[in-house]
Amino acid sequence: MIPLILLLMAVAIVDAEPVRVGSKSFTESVILGEIIARLAQDTGAQSEHRREFGGTRVLWNALLRGDLDIYPEYTGTIAQEILAGKDVAAGEDGLRAGVEAEGLRMGRPLGFNNTYAIGMREEIADSLGIRTISDLKAHADLVFGFSNEFMDRGDGWPSLRDAYHLPHTDVRGLQHDLAYRALESNDIHAMDLYSTDAEIEYYGLRVLVDDLEHFPTYHAVLVYRPDLETRAPHVVAAFSRLQGAIDSGTMSGMNKRAKVDRVSESRIAADFLDSAFDVSSAVVEITVVDRLLRRTSEHLTLVVLSLVAAILIAVPLGILAARHERLGQLILGIAGVIQTIPALALLVFMIPIVGTQEPPAICALFLYSLLPIVRNTYTGLTDIPHHMRESAEALGLPPGVRLRLVELPLASRSILAGIKTSAVINVGFATLGAFIGAGGYGQPILTGLRLDDMSLILQGAVPAAVLALLVQGLFDVSERILVPRGLRLDPVD
Amino acid sequence: MLELTQVTRSFGATVAVQPTDLSVRPGATTVLIGPSGCGKSTLLRLMIYIIRPDGGSVRFEGTEFSADDVLRLRHRMGYVIQDGGLFPHLSASDNVALLARHLGWDETRVTARIDALADLTRFPTDCFDRFPVQLSGGQRQRVSLMRALMLDPDVLLLDEPLGSLDPIVRSDLQQDLRDIFRTLNKTVVLVTHDMAEAGFFGDVIVLMREGRIVQQGTLSQLINEPADNFVERFIRAQPTALHVLEAES
Repeated sequence: MIPLILLLMAVAIVDAEPVRVGSKSFTESVILGEIIARLAQDTGAQSEHRREFGGTRVLWNALLRGDLDIYPEYTGTIAQEILAGKDVAAGEDGLRAGVEAEGLRMGRPLGFNNTYAIGMREEIADSLGIRTISDLKAHADLVFGFSNEFMDRGDGWPSLRDAYHLPHTDVRGLQHDLAYRALESNDIHAMDLYSTDAEIEYYGLRVLVDDLEHFPTYHAVLVYRPDLETRAPHVVAAFSRLQGAIDSGTMSGMNKRAKVDRVSESRIAADFLDSAFDVSSAVVEITVVDRLLRRTSEHLTLVVLSLVAAILIAVPLGILAARHERLGQLILGIAGVIQTIPALALLVFMIPIVGTQEPPAICALFLYSLLPIVRNTYTGLTDIPHHMRESAEALGLPPGVRLRLVELPLASRSILAGIKTSAVINVGFATLGAFIGAGGYGQPILTGLRLDDMSLILQGAVPAAVLALLVQGLFDVSERILVPRGLRLDPVD
Repeated sequence: MLELTQVTRSFGATVAVQPTDLSVRPGATTVLIGPSGCGKSTLLRLMIYIIRPDGGSVRFEGTEFSADDVLRLRHRMGYVIQDGGLFPHLSASDNVALLARHLGWDETRVTARIDALADLTRFPTDCFDRFPVQLSGGQRQRVSLMRALMLDPDVLLLDEPLGSLDPIVRSDLQQDLRDIFRTLNKTVVLVTHDMAEAGFFGDVIVLMREGRIVQQGTLSQLINEPADNFVERFIRAQPTALHVLEAES
């Protein structure tokens, strides 16, 4: 009887655990993540979507660690990045076996293939009768405009030209966004693009069929943890409804609604589920104020926790450094080296050690906070005039009491200045936390960069700047409380 | 009282104090004097063990200074340096009371003692709450003296206590200091480079040169029976030095 109750309780607990969905830091992935999360909810399960969680490595590792249960990936990325160098058989089944060898699962393709493609204006392609890339051969006078990356890539222009025996000579390298405009004004006639780009619909482009299958395929698939199948089989069953359900046109249409029409990903996902599966899900549009409050609390959590930890560690380290000269040089040296590690690199180093989201961000911020506090504690203590230290010693105060009653108060201004520097730097650095799913003011900046939306970028950048100023002001006030009055007075004579 | 036996001290390659014996006379004022770099300040710091000797021993009432005894022995000594060495973050009275409070004195006792000391040193009681930067040079030295006297120590050690004061303040404080020394009948060791000041305070004058004691005795002994040429020259040069000092300040 008792084991049965325990089992039921365990099932209840397991079932109550939400399905954690991740998405990469670009629009298409966020929309797919939103669709997955809503589909899971439709089965009655709890789900949470950790949007813009990071790049491929961050998501894959989070899945391996169990920080996430599922996220949308691309077959090309799995083959060429994630399983690169591993012995994987060609084709979808080969990849699936490769993913299973890593201890994860891969679903069937969702339908669309987001790969490199060649696009032309619909009316021009129509008038020339061009439908496939092979059809270009007959029109040697067409002008091509390709992104610099495409000009260089192994599967880019040189190999495309060789594969299709294209005779074109007027090929220009130009920036991707400019290429769309050049295409519109007929300066160029064909360009490289991703087959689900939002601009395809916006500019009315025809994506030429890769009839020789030159470009590698980037079919969208779901990758997930095997325990999801035992934990929530009905959810996994629901996900299988997405197989083949999203074609390239649908996907690029959804991308266009997000990037061009500025419709929220939640709304787009809900509309898709409604029209494709007759699944209705509520879209709660979060107000700007709510969002700001949530981000502020996320941001403050990162800054405050890392700063408090840094104070607790760095002040004693600074005292130690001031007491022992050689150890001091070592401590200051190490803190200095940490400071030179690029912020993003440090964040990524942290992931295998402490996982994703807040912990690595807090650890990285903590490490960056050390140097200013250690250095200022050290300087504040070593700058105390010799005769002052001698007077304290001659009084017959034990070393610990001298430190507490005389030396630390005398160094307080310098120590506080170090903490202030760390705090202000932290407010800025914490925006990078969004790259690894830690939220905060970096989130709208990241989303804004993705959607090319200046107002979103400002929604992150402005509060971050205001917070930095507030922190500065807070420390100016606390200086009045924490720095002894006798140190703030001007001499009378 | 204070007994230095064959103490030596070097700083790097510089020998500050050659092997030196000195016995400080209880209840008297001993003045250490000599040209700069003669080792007089080092000798004073050796007496309170904030500088440790390389060799020899420092005894206070028969007890040799050691790591275990150093705090206890220092509590029986008062130390005053040039410009006071007051802690800038503490008010005048907090500077004076710091050690007593650390040792657990109750506030009534602390207040009573500070009031008595203010009376003795003629420090204005309405300046108790002022911070060192808000006090004049002379007031700072009076606070420093109060701090040194707080536990009623057996010995007072003073390093150029009047060194940074202007002439009028200096002469007032000089007079007050001597009165205090006589009233309290304490053992005093005072460092100065000024022969007139040494003559004013010193029951015993110890003249040093290059880390050694050249002669010790009363002022008249030093004037009338100089041990060598240097003593004679040092005493003769001083009136001029005094004038120069006053002209400078």
